[in-house]
Amino acid sequence: MAKLLDARHLCAFYGGTQVLFDIDFSIEAGHITAILGANGAGKTTTLRALCQVVRTTGSLAFNGGSGEVQLVGKATESVVRLGVAHVPDGRGTFTALSVEDNLKLGAYVRKDRAEVARDIDKAYARFPRLAERRRQQAGTLSGGEQQMLAISRALMLRPKLLLLDEPSFGLAPLIVAEIFRIMRKINEEDAVSMLVVEQNANLALDLAHHAYLLETGTVALSGPSETIKCDESVRRTYLGY
Amino acid sequence: MEALLYQLFSGLANGIIYGSVALALVMVYQATHHINFAQGEMATFSTFIAWALMQAGWSYWAAFFITVAGSFAGGLLVQRIVLRPMEMAPVLTNVIVFIGLLLIFNALSGMLFDHAIKSFASPFPKNSWFATKYFSAHQLGSAGVLLLVLGALFAFFRYTRVGLAMRAAAQNPDSAKLVGIRVSWMLGLGWGLAAAIGAVAGMMIAPIVFLDPNMMGGILLYGFAGALLGGIDTPLGAVIGGLVVGVLENLLGAYVIGTDLKLTVALVLIVGTLTLRPDGLFGRKVVSRV
Amino acid sequence: MKPFNRKWIWLGGALLLIVLLVLPFLVKNYRVFQFNMVLVYAVAILGLNILTGFNGQISLGHGAFYALGAYTAAILMDKLGVPYGATLPVAFVVCFGFGFLVGFPALRLAGHYLALATFALALAIPQLLKHKQIEGITGGVQGIVLTKPEPPFSFRFLDQPFSADRWLYFFSVAVTALMFLMAWNLLRGRVGRALIAVRDHPIAATAMGINLPVFKSLTFGMSAAITGVAGALGAIVVAFVSPDSFTISLSIFLLVGVVVGGLASIPGAIFGGIFIQFVPNIADQFSKSAPAAIYGILLIGFMYLLPTGVMGGVYKSWTKLRARTAE
Repeated sequence: MAKLLDARHLCAFYGGTQVLFDIDFSIEAGHITAILGANGAGKTTTLRALCQVVRTTGSLAFNGGSGEVQLVGKATESVVRLGVAHVPDGRGTFTALSVEDNLKLGAYVRKDRAEVARDIDKAYARFPRLAERRRQQAGTLSGGEQQMLAISRALMLRPKLLLLDEPSFGLAPLIVAEIFRIMRKINEEDAVSMLVVEQNANLALDLAHHAYLLETGTVALSGPSETIKCDESVRRTYLGY
Repeated sequence: MEALLYQLFSGLANGIIYGSVALALVMVYQATHHINFAQGEMATFSTFIAWALMQAGWSYWAAFFITVAGSFAGGLLVQRIVLRPMEMAPVLTNVIVFIGLLLIFNALSGMLFDHAIKSFASPFPKNSWFATKYFSAHQLGSAGVLLLVLGALFAFFRYTRVGLAMRAAAQNPDSAKLVGIRVSWMLGLGWGLAAAIGAVAGMMIAPIVFLDPNMMGGILLYGFAGALLGGIDTPLGAVIGGLVVGVLENLLGAYVIGTDLKLTVALVLIVGTLTLRPDGLFGRKVVSRV
Repeated sequence: MKPFNRKWIWLGGALLLIVLLVLPFLVKNYRVFQFNMVLVYAVAILGLNILTGFNGQISLGHGAFYALGAYTAAILMDKLGVPYGATLPVAFVVCFGFGFLVGFPALRLAGHYLALATFALALAIPQLLKHKQIEGITGGVQGIVLTKPEPPFSFRFLDQPFSADRWLYFFSVAVTALMFLMAWNLLRGRVGRALIAVRDHPIAATAMGINLPVFKSLTFGMSAAITGVAGALGAIVVAFVSPDSFTISLSIFLLVGVVVGGLASIPGAIFGGIFIQFVPNIADQFSKSAPAAIYGILLIGFMYLLPTGVMGGVYKSWTKLRARTAE
């Protein structure tokens, strides 16, 4: 199957501090890939590196359907235009703007007006709670609703690759379950490839096809999620049994 | 009663001036979340350019539009060249740079155009058909121009894609980048628009107070007061704030504290607004759930 | 420190002391007057630096405290016949109180809002000083003319008389040394670390037991007091105060002095004082607007280029920002 993203020898830096050390990973088109690891392992940094929000060296070969493009060195805005949507940790919603404005902004780079309107309706259908609050300031939404908004906003791009940073963070288990269920649905119905960073290893391994385990900036383990789930050390350290 | 009305209307007329300056300030704030201390000096410099063009023989409106366009370009360039490296820097650094710009533009006005006071033409001649007893033609004309600019701005922010993007870029530059907005250019655009508005304000003010490099000193303060009072993130609020400041200044000056403490009024308004009602009368309180 | 270094430092210090003592007699009277103003400005810049450089609260209105100190001294000397030396402690206390009061509303203002409020204060001061109601005390538009204090004894050295300006030179040196010593002492201990902690991590500072509102107001007060003493000293040295001596330009010049000398740098204040005293004199010869242009370019240039406290602070903030968001 075609590789949507191929990362080789990826290093990432915050100023003078190196956080990712020469990691390799790849994302299959149409798959959900998870990145697991403890705090400080470099998971969020990996997503930031993909969007070129932090300084990186190495190679990030992105194949979104129109040939292979090298992401390293590009501006974030250009990476977005190639079809990479990022739901950052903390949701990243525009809290002072309305729900509807947030969605519109998600489609900022698109030129097809009619389709954008259709996608907004689709988002409201998928998350009725957002429809109820469409004129409300995004900052007044609950955590779960903001997460729904953040995901919807990212989907407005019609991305080839959706990056999600800790989607379960700070949310009640019921809401989390609903959101993960919807994420699987989005992946299956709309064939959106996803890269999910999660501290909650159980949830992530249930959702994803493939997983990487990061430890202090290097890849400690990788493989199909079924295999990872059965791995002795993973079970003990991250799954709790 | 007659005297009170006079003070009221005269205050409103001044308020139009303050409102237009406040509008430029709000523009910069909406685009960059910074307060541009150099706004007054930039506006003065633009007005000098217009004056020079008219001295060279250009007609008023030709000079007007060239100046506005040139100011837009100038503001954009200032942001791109001087301010861009400062985008990520702390507030203090930015404030210092703004003061630096204030000094440079003031110096430019002085060096290129000398310090002699000059008169500046008004496009609304004294005996126009719409001049009334309480408001001169120029005052009404300026008000009209101001309302036009205000309307255009309102439509821009509310109904255009770029306007929405600009607001987003100012509020949350990181998220804005993630939806593909070229944040840096949005900031530049904001500065360009603010400079253009400032130029318009300067050209409306100069006929009244006469043109010299220090024309905007006190007026800038009233502009700040108006912008804060109305709410630093709403253009309409800025204009209303400016009008209120104008009226208050006149009424307080005539009936309460004497005319020579007017700047103190502005000071009290600024400090009072910032401490008691930081969002201003019309600003939107941004609620964020923790 | 190696004994070798220590010897050189003592030697250098002694040399400096000798130069300081002899200097006023090597140059003309007017030059001595200018040196005195350098010292006055240095103390004023020191005051501003404590607030803005060390504590991160932006003030574009320190000219107001300078003016307050100057007028306090002038009124005491002119209307109450107080000896000039005694006016300095009074100015200190008065300005401390005023600064502390200003510090309270300032608490709720951050960044450019505080800058704006102080900017407004500075713009309003000349008008306030000219107000008719208090003309009796302040002398209105004309201000107050003072007499320069005569030196307590007279002699000649290197063929120059011990004039009023020369006497004031030593007086100023003493005052300046006292102020710098006080500031250095204050900043090098717990207070100094607390100041910087409040600047960089206010929430953490509160968690560590620093009463933020009181602390920030005290800092404002201290900063105002020192700049106020500079103002009082300035009034004595110039022997004249008037509202138009204390326009917004003064506040801006003080800021320039802080930036050029180095934010959060005590010795930098001296360099700042030299700068804002002499640069206008030189630049004025080219054009009336030249000083403003030079200051403007320098303000911006320093923010870009100079790897002193300024750029260091910027760099530190960047790396801190990165470090805080690193996984």
